[in-house]
Amino acid sequence: MLKFILRRIGVSALVLLGASFLMYMLVINSGDPLKDLRESNAQNREQLMAQRAELLRLDDSPLERYWDWLSGVLGCFTGNCDLGVTINGVQVLGLTQQAAASSLRLITLATLLAIVVGVALGILTAIRQYSGFDYTITFSAFLFFSLPVFWAATLLKEYAAIQYNNWIAVGQYAPWTIVIAAAVVGFVLQAVLGGSTRRRLVTAGSAFAFVAVVMFVFNALNWWREPTFGLAGVLVVSGAAGVLVTALVTGLRNRRVLYAALTTTVVGVVAYLAFAPLLVNQPSWLLLAGLFVLTLLVSAGIGAAWGGFSRRQAVLVTLVTGVITSLLVVGDILIANWASFLGLKSRPISTIGSQTPNFTGDFWERVLDMGTQIILPTVLLTLVSVATHSRYTRSSMLETLNQDYVRTARSKGLSEREVIVKHAFRNALIPITTIVAFDFAALIGGAVITEQVFGWKGMGALFQDGLNAVDPAPVMAFFLVTGVAAVLMNLVADLAYAALDPRIRR
Amino acid sequence: MSDIRNSNPDGEDYEPQIGPASTDAVGLAAGGSAAPLPGEDKSYSQGQLVARRFFRHRGAITSMIVLGVIIVVAFTSIGIGPIPGWWPKDYTLQYDKIGDGAPTWEYPFGQDTGGKDYFSLVMRGTQFSLIIAFAVGIISTVVGTLIGALAGFYRGWIEAILMRITDVFIIIPLLAVAAVLGRMAGDSGIWGLALVLGLVTWTSLARLVRGEVLSLRERDFVLAAQAVGTGAWRIITKHVLPSAVGVIIVSATLSISSAILLETSLSYLGFGVQPPDTSLGTLISEYQAAFTTRPWLFWWPGIMILTIALCVNFIGDGLRDAFDPRQNRTKD
Repeated sequence: MLKFILRRIGVSALVLLGASFLMYMLVINSGDPLKDLRESNAQNREQLMAQRAELLRLDDSPLERYWDWLSGVLGCFTGNCDLGVTINGVQVLGLTQQAAASSLRLITLATLLAIVVGVALGILTAIRQYSGFDYTITFSAFLFFSLPVFWAATLLKEYAAIQYNNWIAVGQYAPWTIVIAAAVVGFVLQAVLGGSTRRRLVTAGSAFAFVAVVMFVFNALNWWREPTFGLAGVLVVSGAAGVLVTALVTGLRNRRVLYAALTTTVVGVVAYLAFAPLLVNQPSWLLLAGLFVLTLLVSAGIGAAWGGFSRRQAVLVTLVTGVITSLLVVGDILIANWASFLGLKSRPISTIGSQTPNFTGDFWERVLDMGTQIILPTVLLTLVSVATHSRYTRSSMLETLNQDYVRTARSKGLSEREVIVKHAFRNALIPITTIVAFDFAALIGGAVITEQVFGWKGMGALFQDGLNAVDPAPVMAFFLVTGVAAVLMNLVADLAYAALDPRIRR
Repeated sequence: MSDIRNSNPDGEDYEPQIGPASTDAVGLAAGGSAAPLPGEDKSYSQGQLVARRFFRHRGAITSMIVLGVIIVVAFTSIGIGPIPGWWPKDYTLQYDKIGDGAPTWEYPFGQDTGGKDYFSLVMRGTQFSLIIAFAVGIISTVVGTLIGALAGFYRGWIEAILMRITDVFIIIPLLAVAAVLGRMAGDSGIWGLALVLGLVTWTSLARLVRGEVLSLRERDFVLAAQAVGTGAWRIITKHVLPSAVGVIIVSATLSISSAILLETSLSYLGFGVQPPDTSLGTLISEYQAAFTTRPWLFWWPGIMILTIALCVNFIGDGLRDAFDPRQNRTKD
């Protein structure tokens, strides 16, 4: 296995090297870096041109320039990185760190969301093949990957951001909004859950009533402007999540796993109480990361302690429950800060930038600020990837559901959950991992455009400005970050592949 | 159930397949799972079967019609080059504005800020975008098929080299390398742009074709051809590639839809089509600031891109179902 990984890394490094050479040569030949100076009327034109030629080493041969760049990059392994300077003499390393932070935040979030949502939709549409739900999702998927991203982004800015900002100033649902939203949820839910006409009617009716009541209560509490969630909310929702995860992974009959999940929930809430003063008074990213790792360890421990004969499944369930609980805890704190955040920023979603410049707020309000800014670009990127993932998952699931071993599993009396989760889905996952890795590169391309439309100072801007000025250093920095990310993503996919398919473990 | 199964071709599955085992149209049809409809005695050739399945795909046929109308209107309305079209207005002239330039019967797509007829501008952009998309589709299909077939057929060091080259192109974000090349080709007009875009978008097809050829070259009919002394080139063109035609056609169709999105994105970023040429992407980037005041300037080009890409995707899906009908069976 180790040999397999090492060989993959070696090949990837060579490919990366070849690609960087190609990219470098293309960029330095893509135009004339002195163009703007040639056309200028400045007195010291000749001097400026000579200066820039000196800075970019235009008189050296392309190979020498490439080697110079490469040795700077290779310095990263020994601790002194040098990614060169831009055409204006700024160190690219500093620019890249800033840009990569905001871009990778966007891309990672979009990838994770797209995998979860896309795979879930793919499974549901495969199980309900040829239903109205299936056709709707199929058509939407086609629509989303035929969508020009830059065009959709402008629409989203107008209809999601600006309209939401107008609405949140009041924060109340109109009566007809409640009726329509509840009707839509009821309709979708009955289509997904399916069953006899009677069962569908009951599903739709109860969903309608539930949504309508919830929205009415939100109105009454003025929830969207002064939201609260509270300890009880965390406990109830994370408990429900634990039960759901258990039901999916092992079925509720496995009491040990169920109790493990519920223990995780309770421990999580108790820990929230214990750490609340720390989280409110001295929050930092380091603290959050530390607590997250602690959560993982404790959850795994609970799973291992309860697990018994189904230890692996119990650990999986408690880990997922633990992650969900910790997300809920962070969500609760953020929700508690929303009212004061609205006081600082009355129009929460601005359409430009990855964070509000000169924003004065405490840690949690700054997190909220970044959060509201990242929503729209993420939604956009996610939509396109969800379309691809759901189609692949659907066809992959259909392929496995047609296999003989699935028929065998059914005929020996396994429950539908076991057939789908254990026998079909696991095997369907194998081709999906490959697609996810491939799609990552496409997402980076989408991110360049999205960042441009939403005015983020990210990798996209670095690339675009660099290319416009025929300035190789920032363009190559873009390539380096995205290329390494793509290689890593492929490696993760390979590992997942090996974990899922024992045949390729060598 | 079985008749419903076979006569319902609407279980569209968009799935550019990966790997050797996925699509094998000929083998399957011969194996009988693509048999003609039950109750009919007439036998059909492979091509007829594919055509029948395709024409039963409602989404694909609707898309064919819509796309056909768009193509015909885009090229006949304002004419191509020296040939005049039937639309009375010219995209270069500024007309008197009616009101604020909102769409009217006189100007169905409205007028831009200077009073130009927006219908003819959009049609001109559509022409350019379509030409580029189809040219890119053809070029990338030819290159991808060639590289994939050579790598899959010869194996050994040829395969190693060709596939590493493919990896190099896959690892560079497509938009990045396309932007760099598009900028270089900017001065040579849309044909230059189409050429360079075609030269960077062939990678996925090359992988698909290679996988297909890898499995086909082990077949008996290839062995038979080799036994009677057929040359390698003739085996590839006459025996192997015709068997892989399903994968190639489907992938070619889908590459057209991704080409139109790639080209418009590049033009939007300013690295694609350069003035005085225009495309749907440049129209959007030019007029997006007018979105709040003159929304029609923004809506029409976007809807055109969306419609064309959607139609091409549906056609590709219909073709895929027609060539590889395995997934249309309900699970049982």
